[in-house]
Amino acid sequence: MQDVVLAMLAKEPAHGYELRSRMRGALGPLGEAMNAGQIYVTLTRLGKAGLVTSERADGLPDRPDRRVYALTPAGQERVTAWLAEVNWPKPDLTEFHLKLVAAATARLADPVALVDAQRREVMRRLRDTQRAALDRSVDPVAGLLLEGVVLRLRADLEWLEECERMWTERGRTGRKVPQ
Amino acid sequence: MTGPERKDTAEQEKSRGTRSSRGSRHSPAATAAGRVDGGSPALEARGLSRRYGRDSGLVRAVDEVDLAVPAGQALAVMGPSGCGKSTLLHLLGGLQRPTEGQVWLAGRRIDTMSERALARLRRDTVGFVFQAFHLMDELTAVENVELAALLAGRSPGRARRRALHLLDQVGLAGRATDLPSALSGGQRQRVAIARALSNEPLVVLADEPTGNLDSAATLEVLRLFEELRTAGQTLVVVTHDTRIAAVADRMITMRDGAFADDSRLAATATGAVHGRER
Repeated sequence: MQDVVLAMLAKEPAHGYELRSRMRGALGPLGEAMNAGQIYVTLTRLGKAGLVTSERADGLPDRPDRRVYALTPAGQERVTAWLAEVNWPKPDLTEFHLKLVAAATARLADPVALVDAQRREVMRRLRDTQRAALDRSVDPVAGLLLEGVVLRLRADLEWLEECERMWTERGRTGRKVPQ
Repeated sequence: MTGPERKDTAEQEKSRGTRSSRGSRHSPAATAAGRVDGGSPALEARGLSRRYGRDSGLVRAVDEVDLAVPAGQALAVMGPSGCGKSTLLHLLGGLQRPTEGQVWLAGRRIDTMSERALARLRRDTVGFVFQAFHLMDELTAVENVELAALLAGRSPGRARRRALHLLDQVGLAGRATDLPSALSGGQRQRVAIARALSNEPLVVLADEPTGNLDSAATLEVLRLFEELRTAGQTLVVVTHDTRIAAVADRMITMRDGAFADDSRLAATATGAVHGRER
């Protein structure tokens, strides 16, 4: 969040509320979840860290959303470093994978039933995201983000299909070989 | 696979009576579930089975399935290829006869119906959409769309007006006089969807409607299905494309000819998309 706010100030100084509406615009429907106060909390922290300065705008009440924020040279440097940084979130499938293994080993639950439950949840998210993405009123740039979420959810569903195949097969052979 | 350990989550929303259950073939619950909001379900099946071959070569393509699809529901049936989902669709639409069990379409029992009466009922109540489009190559788009209405005895003028209106709805008003060969895959499938709607069907049955389409064309078809769902059209889509399945309100997973899972995807308010992303 901090890096994002800094980068949005790189072009020119801006009011807090401008930053907020720019960010919401870029996020589209996903931006509705953004906590209104979060950006001001971030700006305050950035100010304390010496990465932004702010001044009161003429004739406006002194509130965080009315102040004009600008990058300091240190803030500028951090933006440059952030843009050059290569960082990609890893999807964490380990926990669910181990859950299936543990459930099957201890015979606590049917792994296939766990896969089914997970699929319901992922399908629900896919459905909600896809609906938002299909809406013709969505800004194309914001739509790109939705499309990314859709693609990841579909990849998860494909993996769940593989899980289903494996554990169904295991369940079958397990039943055939008495222990 | 239906052991007690399966009641694991609170939001499982298992539909009552839709799971294939040996021994309780005439479960009245199946009917009750589908009829909650008035009238008989658009589609209903009890103890539905279709077998091929015999002895060691016996295949249970559909294995004692109970199902009720209320009017206005959008249902997706998913499962690996060979799980029986296409056969199920054919049985529900009266394109194939079951080995055992009963099927009701628009409140009328079709498994025992004469071929002729069934053909008429199908024509009046079902719209089919197939993976391979199945358009007539020598007919223009509008001729393909109006054909079903003409066969149903509508006047040529009325059939043409409706066909043009439907082509407009699927975004192909300007391509009415084109032959299918002049259209892209996505456009052909949209013509096929318009055709499926030409008889104002009670239910639209679709078999892998996006199976032959690239992602841009898939998006066009997704939009159309989403519009149909919003308009309250009863839909049954069998597919392994998660995108088209995600349009539905309810999703059934099939394995080995039986229903392994049945869930309602609705229940989230519109715009709830953000709350679900972490």
